[in-house]
Amino acid sequence: MADERAATLKPTYQTVSTVSGPLLILEKVRDVAYGELVEVTCPDGTTRRGTILEAMRGRAIVQIFEGTRGLDTKETRVRLTGETMHTPVTQDLLGRVLNGSGQPIDQGPPIVPDLELDINGSPMNPDARQYPREFIQTGLSVIDGLNTLVRGQKLPIFSGSGLPHDRVAAQITRQATIPGKAEEFAVILCAIGITAETAQFYRKSLEETGALATSVLVLNLADDPPVERIISPRTALTIAEYLAFEQGMHVLVILTDMLNYANALREISAAREEVPGRRGYPGYLYTDLASIYERAGRIIGRKGTITQMPILSMPGDDITHPVADLSGYITEGQLITSRSLHNKGVYPPIDPAPSLSRLMKEGIGKGLTREDHNEVQAQLYYGYAEGRDLRDLVAVVGEGALSERDQVYLKFLEDFEERFLSQGEFEERSIEQTLDLGWDLLSVFPERELKRIDPDTIAKASKDGKYRYTAPTVN
Amino acid sequence: MTTRVGTIRRIAGPLIEADGLLGVTMFEVCRIGEEKLIGEVNRVVGDRAYIQCYEMTEGLKPGEPVIATGTSLDVELGPGLIGSIFDGIQRPLPIIKEKTGDFITRGVTASPLDEDKQWTFKPTLQKGADVSAGDVLGTIQETSVFLHKILVPPGIHGKLVTIANEGEYTLKDTIAKIQTNTGKKDITLTQRWPVRIGRPYKTKTGTEVPLTTGQRVIDAFFPVAKGGTGAIPGGFGTGKTVTLHQLAKWADADIIVYVGCGERGNEMTEVLEDFPKLKDPKSGKSLMERTILIANTSNMPVAAREASIYTGITLAEYFRDQGYDVALMADSTSRWAEALREISGRLEEMPGEEGYPAYLASRLAEFYERAGRVEALGSPSRMGSITVTGAVSPPGGDFSEPVCQATLRITKVFWALSKDFASRRFFPAIDYLQSYSLYKDALAGWYRTNLGSDWPELTEEAMSILQRDKELREIVQLVGPDALPERERAVLEAARMVKEDFLMQSALHPIDTYCPQAKYYWMLKVIMEFWEQMRRAVDAGVPLRRIIGLSVVNKLARMKVQPQDKPQALEKYFKDLEKEIQSEFSSLSAN
Repeated sequence: MADERAATLKPTYQTVSTVSGPLLILEKVRDVAYGELVEVTCPDGTTRRGTILEAMRGRAIVQIFEGTRGLDTKETRVRLTGETMHTPVTQDLLGRVLNGSGQPIDQGPPIVPDLELDINGSPMNPDARQYPREFIQTGLSVIDGLNTLVRGQKLPIFSGSGLPHDRVAAQITRQATIPGKAEEFAVILCAIGITAETAQFYRKSLEETGALATSVLVLNLADDPPVERIISPRTALTIAEYLAFEQGMHVLVILTDMLNYANALREISAAREEVPGRRGYPGYLYTDLASIYERAGRIIGRKGTITQMPILSMPGDDITHPVADLSGYITEGQLITSRSLHNKGVYPPIDPAPSLSRLMKEGIGKGLTREDHNEVQAQLYYGYAEGRDLRDLVAVVGEGALSERDQVYLKFLEDFEERFLSQGEFEERSIEQTLDLGWDLLSVFPERELKRIDPDTIAKASKDGKYRYTAPTVN
Repeated sequence: MTTRVGTIRRIAGPLIEADGLLGVTMFEVCRIGEEKLIGEVNRVVGDRAYIQCYEMTEGLKPGEPVIATGTSLDVELGPGLIGSIFDGIQRPLPIIKEKTGDFITRGVTASPLDEDKQWTFKPTLQKGADVSAGDVLGTIQETSVFLHKILVPPGIHGKLVTIANEGEYTLKDTIAKIQTNTGKKDITLTQRWPVRIGRPYKTKTGTEVPLTTGQRVIDAFFPVAKGGTGAIPGGFGTGKTVTLHQLAKWADADIIVYVGCGERGNEMTEVLEDFPKLKDPKSGKSLMERTILIANTSNMPVAAREASIYTGITLAEYFRDQGYDVALMADSTSRWAEALREISGRLEEMPGEEGYPAYLASRLAEFYERAGRVEALGSPSRMGSITVTGAVSPPGGDFSEPVCQATLRITKVFWALSKDFASRRFFPAIDYLQSYSLYKDALAGWYRTNLGSDWPELTEEAMSILQRDKELREIVQLVGPDALPERERAVLEAARMVKEDFLMQSALHPIDTYCPQAKYYWMLKVIMEFWEQMRRAVDAGVPLRRIIGLSVVNKLARMKVQPQDKPQALEKYFKDLEKEIQSEFSSLSAN
């Protein structure tokens, strides 16, 4: 293997001068490259891995993935490997469980790689990208109808502690299909600092639907070293790129939880004594997050796609928290869970008002979903926003002050939350069912209230029996 | 030019320190390491240079050589720019794709322009003429709509010794020779210019013509002048990019330079896929025939992101100097500022506000100052302009952050995007009560002459309705709508019309996406006519309920999607609509 040859050329150093947080400082080194992978032998004989964060003449700063516990300045030995961090990839990874650094932890056979790829990847040439347009049906009305997901999109779930984002993500992985097509589909679950229990939940959910055989689990759990969280999403995405762009599979990558990733990055930045930005996160957090999220997409002339669904907790449900905020600027929309919907018993508690799918406009309509999709969703949004304003008003002035029209909007709001947003955890609605349900709810409004819908569309829907407004009898 | 060779001392992310480069100058371009990666000097201390590297630095080692080239970062200017897509330092992305595949690797060099392509050059000057910088030597029909003028490069004047005959030439061919004080100079179809220095011009003049964008809220309420500057700040999901894309599509400029600076890859792809299919409403030709893209997406090297807006504006200046109106969109200047902050942090400079370097405001000001309407150098005399619109992405949507504030101190138009509007799907989500345009007065004359003498009054009236609407809605929040008198509920109704039937505009609707001048004029005019009639009717005691029930109300709601390709038919439609409003109201009061 290539690194054996490198090993014979590359020296081992026993010149650690400082151990601090996740970092080592190595003195008197020669021929050290920025970003190079190193192998560290601890005083107790075990080995760990790290990379060079800063290379100077005669000196290097090393970041240790598995943590620095037990390392000293006397006996610790560091070997330069002469290459950057790589991960083995092969189609045989499907069905396997790996740790955050890409090594199998499931007692399965050793991995025989097809290729070893640099986990940092390379930026996709914007000229080679293909714009994502293919509708993915998740079976959830709030997503399919109002915030449509397409293949190659990166659409995160912004959530808070105690909210059922994991159940929603698991339901999406169970149900996601392209209507009318059977293609090779793979799920990569990348756990970043989540609990073993949550990881187990995902695993079980994949198992029950038989999807485990076409999944790869990359697990960095809450008790694993935080620094490894820097590499686990990159390992997962490197495998995803191989499966998608070399093997032609459609890969859905779930990264959970990106807050833990950012916190690990902050930890390293603090140890390096860098100038902190907002809330102590490093100034390059945006660029760093982008190097992960931008690895979603599709490429002209290649069959496979990478769709990303990162999950991200917002501390204190604060959407202006730097990690949520910067993610929102990079990802192509966001699904935001709402505590008040959750407390009302609405599942999935995704609030359509602040949620957004940026790629929806190109992924819906005739030939993709249905020709009335755009108008129906616009009208539903309008009704929902109007209803919410009125609900706020009722809280102040009481229901008696509302006009007849306003009462209709309030009624619509309730129906919308109960029947459209809410659905069962194992209930799968086709896009037709979702849109028909939308018409059904809109049928409380007289035609003149449906300003976002073309009169022709309404006429057609009335003819098909979808829109059936009956005027209230006037006394 | 002297080249010096030093060695790498330290590598930290995009920043390289190199020793042994005594005499290296600020912003000199260096080639770093065995792979000759491109970088630019950012600080000099003794013989040590601090260099920002425009490519990924993984794998570089201390001790590798660094060559100082003696030149500064520059761009190549000439035929072939139109329709191109470049990275932040003008490397053509399609050629890079050919060379390295779908993913960008480093150390690739490629000429920005196709050196072998034949262009038909038509000379406009004759042998023996006295020429100076900016004189038009000849022209090339670059695209079916764009005439490229070949200019005498800045700094050169003398006698035209030879000039090529009409014919086919490549970029390598000499098309003219000029005898200057310092000897004969060969002129080709291209010239180079350093990106960090503005190209020279004769004088900067005022701006009295609006850049028509086809976006009603902008054109009617917050117009930007040709040669002006505008900022469009907004939290994520408020539609910065969609608005800039709309400007790039429909603005009536001759050339569009779109700089995707640290943003999403798919957004550039969208432009690449959509623009060739869309037609410029002015010329009827594909939009790509007037567009240049600079794409340095968020995952591409951060230092090149810093350079990308300079690359963009230098290209814009080159076309301005030819006498064209250029519009540059920068999406997003916040990412550029963050790149600046990252480099500054690595240099261990003392941070200013929120970690940004203390020179953030002056760098931003320098950039926006390169906009403007100018009289170009050389003859024939000609005016050109650059309009710059920059998106700003404030953290948490909070406009008090440093990049927003520094930008607002310089730019004259402020399109404030509102998260609240966006969550109601009120697009464009430009908050009409917070935004402003300082060009409104300067442009009023133009609007009176070209749109209608009553235009400034119409917009003022509409704006005062919107202002009144806000105050009334605060009262409604407390007491409910029924407590308001009819007259004030009529204001709410008029405001609803201005908002929903005029300001809201769908970027996705095939007709509504672009609103021609005559149409938005008439749209506002008939709404104001309705308001006037409604006010009178309410005063005369007609119940508001009956007014809202008028059939013409529905017609007003549909006028934005009225076909607009035939101006006469459009005018007739609106005149009829105006009459219809009047007759429906008179029948109301008759009853």
